[in-house]
Amino acid sequence: MVFHDPTIAAVMHDTVQNSLLGPWGPFLMFSALKVVMAIGILLPMIAYSVMLERRVSAAIQDRVGPNRVGPFGLLQPMADGLKSILKEDFTPLHVRKAYFILAPALSVIPAFLTIAVIPFGSKLGNQSMVIADLNVGILYTFSVVSLGVYGIVIAGYASNSKYPFFGGVRASAQMISYEIAMGMAAVPVFMLVGELNLGKVIEYQANGAWLIFKQPIAFVIFLVSAFAETNRLPFDMPESETELVSGYNTEYSSMKFALFFMGEYAAMISVSALMVVLFFGGWTLPFFGLNETASTFGGGLIHILVFLAKVAVFMGLFIWIRWMLPRFRYDQLMDLGWKTFLPLALANIIITATILWIQHL
Amino acid sequence: MEALLFYIFSALTLVCGFLVVANPLTRNPVTSAMFLVLTIISMAGLFVLLNAFFLAAVQIMVYAGAVIVLFLFVIMLLDIHEVEKQPVNYFSVTVGMLALLSIGGVLIKAIVTSGVGDGLEAVTVGSTKKLGLSLFTDYVLPFEIMGVLLLVGMIGVILLSKKTLR
Repeated sequence: MVFHDPTIAAVMHDTVQNSLLGPWGPFLMFSALKVVMAIGILLPMIAYSVMLERRVSAAIQDRVGPNRVGPFGLLQPMADGLKSILKEDFTPLHVRKAYFILAPALSVIPAFLTIAVIPFGSKLGNQSMVIADLNVGILYTFSVVSLGVYGIVIAGYASNSKYPFFGGVRASAQMISYEIAMGMAAVPVFMLVGELNLGKVIEYQANGAWLIFKQPIAFVIFLVSAFAETNRLPFDMPESETELVSGYNTEYSSMKFALFFMGEYAAMISVSALMVVLFFGGWTLPFFGLNETASTFGGGLIHILVFLAKVAVFMGLFIWIRWMLPRFRYDQLMDLGWKTFLPLALANIIITATILWIQHL
Repeated sequence: MEALLFYIFSALTLVCGFLVVANPLTRNPVTSAMFLVLTIISMAGLFVLLNAFFLAAVQIMVYAGAVIVLFLFVIMLLDIHEVEKQPVNYFSVTVGMLALLSIGGVLIKAIVTSGVGDGLEAVTVGSTKKLGLSLFTDYVLPFEIMGVLLLVGMIGVILLSKKTLR
């Protein structure tokens, strides 16, 4: 069966336009569809990232890893999810209850909200594959990512015991420090592109080279800050199970614990997606004419797959690094953020500005 | 639609702002800080309704994402139970009320005398470029002065936090 997309989309468009919602109908419906689609892709990706993490860590440590549930252990995520839901949801007596319930939600929501502005494909039919095509896309992403720290800080506070509290305090200092380096690292990208819209960033890269080749320093700073922002090893200070018995989530059990886990992986996925968009050309590929906006339904699907494949590579990198490097000490982490990355990022901005100025002379 | 959103966001801003300073249920500073986050986010919503997307994003990024996290950081290092037990300081309540009434009076007077116009055209519809250009051309002096002011504040804090001066 061949999809002749314009017709399908047009028919859908007309049907919706004539329905109850009036002129806002198509916009609302297609936005809702895109949200459902994005979440529908994101949730299995989270589940299978956890699975991949367990298999990769096993391979690195010369173990087998989970391979019992289903073929090659592929049904393990379902079993994990079911287990989380069925376990007793235990609330210790000494916790601050309202915050204790609020914290897991606060750590998941920002991670999910980030994908709203990320263009995950070119076009499917006549709909561009981005939920909200904001003009200040990147600023939106940074502001939502910066809210992610509340989940951990509030969890540490709500648990009302020593180790989670240390975890929360560490998280607040760490995430603020690296947020600045991350934001500064992204500035040269937008100086080159001249727009804050993420779609325009991809367009710029499709017409020239990927920005990793023009801004390698910015990419390195952004990548390392991404590790720190998502609390992954070698920067998992808030969690550090060897000193803080798993830090901020020590008192949590059952689905509340699973939500923190989901939040971490969702944040990894959204930050990977952001790196793909900013430095690796988003859904484009420089061969087979994949740099152009798709004109057919199949082309649109291929673009989405290209994007997901690039994100998957970064997820692999995240997981691989975690099992390869030891944890930083806290003062080393702060030194790296404030004394190395921030000056480096500022120098990068000045160098980029100078080059742009010389080019415009 | 926009009017409805305006009422929702302004009601949220006012209610959460009230709960920051005078929460009838608890005197926990962490709760106050969290309500301050909500106030700031609803104010960002108001900025979006005014087409000031840049301002909205920066508002959330700087205040909700950084400043209040630092507030929380400091509050958590204090002894919260001590703070909760402290009696209400009536002197500061009175002074605060006086300040509120006088500023409110000035604002109401200003609004009443100026009269509500037809509303301005949104010149910079989410355009960050225009904002940047006018900051660095027409308003470069105030911008620089503000930068110097922040720098002075920063140096002052570093100086105060140093225990011994060489």
